Amino acid sequence: MKSLFTASAVALALSAMSASAQTEVQWWHAMGGELGAKLEEIVKGFNDSQTDYKVVPSYKGTYPETMTAAIAAFRANEQPAIVQVFEVGTGTMMAAQGAVIPVHQLMKDQGAAFDQSAFLPSVVGYYTDTDGNMLSMPFNSSTPILYYNKSVFEKAGLDPNTPPKTWAEMEEFSKKIMESGAASCGFTTGWISWIQTENLSAWHNQPIGTLENGFGGLGARLSVNGPVQVKHWGNLKKWADEGIFKYGGPVGGDNAPPMFYSQECAMIMNSSASRAGVIANAKDFELGFGMLPYYDDVEGAPQNSIIGGATLWVLSGRPDEEYAGAAKFFEYLSSPAVQADWASFSGYLPITQAAADEMAGFFGENPGADTGLKQITLNTPTENSKGLRFGNYVQIRGIIDEEFEQLMSGSKDAQGALDGVVERGNALIEEFQAQNQ
Amino acid sequence: MKRTIFRNQLLPWLLLAPQLAITFIFFIWPAAQAVWQSFLREDAFGMKSTFVGMENYWRLLDSPEYLNSLQVTAVFAVSVTILSMGFSLLLAVAVDRMIRSAQTYTTLLVWPYAVAPAVAGILWWFIFNPTIGILPYFLDQVGYDWNHISDKGDAFLLVVIASAWKQISYNFLFFVAGLQSIPASLREAAAIDGAGPVKRFFTITLPLISPTTFFLLVVNIVYAMFDTFAVIDSTTEGGPAQATNIMVYKVYFDGFVGQNLGSSGAQSVILMLIVIALTVIQFRWVEKKVEY
Repeated sequence: MKSLFTASAVALALSAMSASAQTEVQWWHAMGGELGAKLEEIVKGFNDSQTDYKVVPSYKGTYPETMTAAIAAFRANEQPAIVQVFEVGTGTMMAAQGAVIPVHQLMKDQGAAFDQSAFLPSVVGYYTDTDGNMLSMPFNSSTPILYYNKSVFEKAGLDPNTPPKTWAEMEEFSKKIMESGAASCGFTTGWISWIQTENLSAWHNQPIGTLENGFGGLGARLSVNGPVQVKHWGNLKKWADEGIFKYGGPVGGDNAPPMFYSQECAMIMNSSASRAGVIANAKDFELGFGMLPYYDDVEGAPQNSIIGGATLWVLSGRPDEEYAGAAKFFEYLSSPAVQADWASFSGYLPITQAAADEMAGFFGENPGADTGLKQITLNTPTENSKGLRFGNYVQIRGIIDEEFEQLMSGSKDAQGALDGVVERGNALIEEFQAQNQ
Repeated sequence: MKRTIFRNQLLPWLLLAPQLAITFIFFIWPAAQAVWQSFLREDAFGMKSTFVGMENYWRLLDSPEYLNSLQVTAVFAVSVTILSMGFSLLLAVAVDRMIRSAQTYTTLLVWPYAVAPAVAGILWWFIFNPTIGILPYFLDQVGYDWNHISDKGDAFLLVVIASAWKQISYNFLFFVAGLQSIPASLREAAAIDGAGPVKRFFTITLPLISPTTFFLLVVNIVYAMFDTFAVIDSTTEGGPAQATNIMVYKVYFDGFVGQNLGSSGAQSVILMLIVIALTVIQFRWVEKKVEY
């Protein structure tokens, strides 16, 4: 918070001094704390590299708060040129035709260097239209991975260098850990919706919805109540009853990391971007990294995981020179050096192949840091593992959490809960379709 | 009776103008906007909007989640009001009976009111946290598995306790003031006539503080329905599975997080109607039982 105030005070002082020569480009973002400080540093790098433009970052709170602020500002004609929007807001942003300028078009209009094939397909695939054109600029993309406690594994007589590969092993290892008394719970997870539903589906090459998970148009509907998802939710309930799995709460699962840090649970599935936080908190034990587990009886598994995090959207209605600045800034932002620096610092994925190559040295020194990257590039993305795009998805995520809680409290079974997700989610999607047609 | 007549027609309007302007800008205008919004279907950016009449309302009345929210709000408001008023009356009576150190206790009991609702929420979140909280640890010792993250009853209990706790100081202050304004001679006379403490409380004390009680009833219901937003946001976020999703929180979530302005507008209009109805009921019927 303090650094934020100093930074904005400095930004204010600078903007007062620099007057008319530079074009200011406003960038609203949701990166607080250390990530925010790093982001300011990156922006400063750009501002110092040339004299025509000045990007001014402002922290607007959480992802939903930032998105809401930008939308409200747009309605009042006070919008920033660039806004960071989380991945589930993609459907809303891309449906807002006339309010956003697609990135591929921005780069072309401004004559900026831009080669879409340089980007990692699984990162950029989430943010392209049906013709394969990039709509927003990837900045911080993450994917869920498995973190495990090597010390507990050793105490339980398991090989500390072998994380569980399949869900069967997950269960088997957990039971061993609990029986040996090394920890009182096997595993927990953040993000029930993102990790145990959306990524589970992609990882097993199962659809979440029709029309290529919603990429095909507004007429898509959810179909997340398939056999694999039902089986998995059913297993999670069974494991919760046996004490193998502990639920860490809705949305990001605020209560999950403390269970892992306190060594109550031996494993946690969470975002690759929480890597720095996990390392900082895993002081009393040795930390291991693994890919997400899969069911080996499902054909095509493991496929590839899907991303989370956020991208940068360009809002329309600003003076033209600001867009020239935004295009220049995007060039800088996607350069291998900047990307590699950001990704090594944060645990987010590098967004281009060149940046990934640049990080080879870092990956060599930090074993396991490339787990997310390996997992997301494991196979060429299919229709089911490219990502998802539904309107009102922020609310649908809330529904997934609620139905999962119905399952956990025993008031619904797995099939009933997932049917509930589909039914209630589709009502919201229909509403969104009606709003935007 | 002497009546003063002001000849100037303009002056009263001029004197009222600032208040009227504020009422119009901060109340009537936004309320009218909410009503208008509730008849529209609009995308988040406001690029396209369609007039849909009552559709947003019919959708709400058809939605089990909304009906659940109505029910949760009713149970929540009643529980918080009873708990916070009952407990603070108990404390006030206890302090009123004290001869020495009543001042000290009063000061101590008023402290929680200085705590911001969001801070109070975080505080309770820590105390009740199933993993790191102190209370679940003790409850576990006596064989109760507290988990407000997946247990609806526990979550509801948590927000009721946290919200009531926040309001107890306020109620306490008013009750103490009310109790101290009762002439001691009335109670002494009753005692001489042979009425026990319980009888004295119900036949003398309680009727005499009825104006205070009525005022607090109105304030507490309004508090439970609107001001508990921060407590809910920082402890349960309306969950698990909608168990603590009171109406104000749902308006916020659907409107701000979900960007569904039409539905959110309709919800706030319904909320406004409920508040109007409650106010009418309270002042028409409940107030008749109050002795000033």
